[in-house]
Amino acid sequence: MAEFQRLHCFLCTGSGCVAAGAFDVRDKLREELEKHGLSEEIDIIDTGCAGLCERGPRMNVWPDEIYYAQLQTKDIPKLVEEHFLKGRPYEPCRMTDTVSGDIIASEMDFQFLSKQRRIVLENCGVVNPEHIEEYIARDGYLALGKVLCELQPADVLAEIKKSGLRGRGGAGFPTGLKWQLLHDAPGDTKYIVCNADEGDPGAFMDRSVLEGDPHRVIEAMAIKGYATGASKGFIYCRAEYALAILRLNIALKQARSYGLLGKNLFERGFDFDIEIRVGAGAFVCGEETALMQSIEGHRGHPMPRPPFPTQKGLWGKPTSINNVETYANIPWIIRQGGEAYAAIGTEKSKGTKVFALAGNVRNTGLIEVPMGITLREIVFGIGGGIVEDRAFKAAQAGGPSGGCIPAEHLDTPLDYESLTGLGAILGSGGLIIMDETSCMVDVARFFMEFCVDESCGKCVPCRAGTRQIWQLLTTICNGEAVMEDLDRLEKLCLMMRDMSLCGLGMTAANPVLSTLRHFRHEYEAHIKDKRCPAGVCRKLVTFSIAKEKCTGCGVCSRNCPVDTIFKMDGERKYHIVQDACIKCGSCFDVCNFDAVNKE
Amino acid sequence: MVQSDLARELDIDRFGVEAVLFKALDDFMAEQQYSPDSLIEVLHRGQEMFGYLREDVLKYVARKLSVPLARVYGVATFYHLFHLKPHGKYEILVCMGTACYVRGAERIISALESQLGVKMGETTNDGLFTLICARCIGACGIAPAVKVGTDVHGKVEAKKVRRMLRKYEGK
Repeated sequence: MAEFQRLHCFLCTGSGCVAAGAFDVRDKLREELEKHGLSEEIDIIDTGCAGLCERGPRMNVWPDEIYYAQLQTKDIPKLVEEHFLKGRPYEPCRMTDTVSGDIIASEMDFQFLSKQRRIVLENCGVVNPEHIEEYIARDGYLALGKVLCELQPADVLAEIKKSGLRGRGGAGFPTGLKWQLLHDAPGDTKYIVCNADEGDPGAFMDRSVLEGDPHRVIEAMAIKGYATGASKGFIYCRAEYALAILRLNIALKQARSYGLLGKNLFERGFDFDIEIRVGAGAFVCGEETALMQSIEGHRGHPMPRPPFPTQKGLWGKPTSINNVETYANIPWIIRQGGEAYAAIGTEKSKGTKVFALAGNVRNTGLIEVPMGITLREIVFGIGGGIVEDRAFKAAQAGGPSGGCIPAEHLDTPLDYESLTGLGAILGSGGLIIMDETSCMVDVARFFMEFCVDESCGKCVPCRAGTRQIWQLLTTICNGEAVMEDLDRLEKLCLMMRDMSLCGLGMTAANPVLSTLRHFRHEYEAHIKDKRCPAGVCRKLVTFSIAKEKCTGCGVCSRNCPVDTIFKMDGERKYHIVQDACIKCGSCFDVCNFDAVNKE
Repeated sequence: MVQSDLARELDIDRFGVEAVLFKALDDFMAEQQYSPDSLIEVLHRGQEMFGYLREDVLKYVARKLSVPLARVYGVATFYHLFHLKPHGKYEILVCMGTACYVRGAERIISALESQLGVKMGETTNDGLFTLICARCIGACGIAPAVKVGTDVHGKVEAKKVRRMLRKYEGK
């Protein structure tokens, strides 16, 4: 390969784009470049997630600054010929603005990108995660070198405290203080852990960091090891994240061969190494005491605290756990200084936060924004508004431990305190946008069903409480509840919050409590009127075909996944046989004549 | 059941499948120095090789790692990814994360259940498909997502489920 290439193609190979066929596109690109003899001049770089997963596979071509989206293998021959050979960007595949439909000429034009502030994700979508050299070229491992050669552990701790960084895993505990506690803990053997058990449904920022910039986490863990006196680290990763585990393993190997992990780093007499432990599918293992049990090869049962992990953690030794995103902030803080970091964000919540924006919003994907940004800016600015211009109903923040933020609080700044005030939590940063087609009772039931499945069963309030609440919610969704059930529901929720052993049980009732607080009218509609306002709860919805509107085109029958729409004998109209109907709504969606009624 | 790739690589003719697989599992445990801490890793490997966690595999692991069978069984049943019954050739994994849920994952499950004639967690009679659900596979950007075997299908619609399955039925 030539030393200098004319063009660089940054092809996103995050899980979203891979699912959409990024690897096929890459192979086809290579083949076409070869065919035209351009392989020497044009480089294809596999990068991590660049956000906007909705429109993968994505590719950015530099220095032309051309953005391509939704590439398919059949477009590639034409694209290579037009753009790479003739120098004309291939218009049909260029990324367009979701709202205006205009072609995006520069990052600054596109709200999805221009309103972001990237620290954690600064390398995602820019470097090839499987090449350590690219990370180093972007000032990677500079922070580790600075820490080892110039700073004492106490200086590192002071810098982190100055930055005001707080844990990004959910609780928001000050990171500097957490490190200080491990530093002060007595004993020679200490462990540090990276929590990559991202179990929150709807959050995928940790996966994207590990897939797109794994060295960042490794560097941060080594810095923490030096600052706290630990020489061994563990990364506990979900087994579901196969690509992240693969890239982490490659990264660890490279770091070891470069002498950035192992013995006597930077010849400063500091030893540090990292081992990956893979989970096996248990949400509760995101809780720190359960996570440590799982690393030791046990069932993931939480333990009562105290003793806290910094007193007695893995194998009885002082241990400190941080989340992937927390680690990913560290190299930047060391390089740019704690004060620069503290200048971003709000008074009590410093820096940036990565949100996984998903649900019924136009631009979905990963975004990083300064703390304190309003929900309105995220949904209607970065997110480009609700799909099909429906009305915004609520944003679910924090997953099964969080709550819903209704439309009247769209202008609340997003930080730890204000979200807690609304009954939600910042949590890991999953942000699911819901519109009028989502039923809030059903959403609460969905999260409770999750907690029933994921409760480890150790303590009674959580094991029995989640099930009881779930049953109550189910009776409400089925239209069989009475008004007294709402009081019983609230009482149960509060009891669970006060009496459960670990964070899972303590927060499991949050989605119910927050929807009860902001959307009580929806609960009442289910109970009093036996009606689901959003038309979601299946027991309360029936689909039927209005005879006078039906033209007999048959599109509903062809699209019915269970073949339960038939033509009546001697008539040209269709009707739905209710017994077999699964209420999927496909007929409602496809009918061109509004002939399908949903009641 | 399909034989795992690992089994094919090994020298089956000489020792027979079973002996070779147990030997390979033993080699893996030796790499871990038979440490009880590595139980979860060992079970992952065992499941990968045998297709599922058979009773004799659990017993073998317990003996080799010197831990009570009760603990091995406890761990194998605690974590969702381990299964003690054989699965079909293709696992159909429906993501039930929040993003997929609000975009209609439940309808897709209903459509799949009626198409395949099985309930969630069951395997079709021909041994081709096992229907399971996951809590977020992290493909929220392309919700609702369904994973069949190793292929991820994004933006799945209930009405397109039939076409999606047809691709695998012929193989």
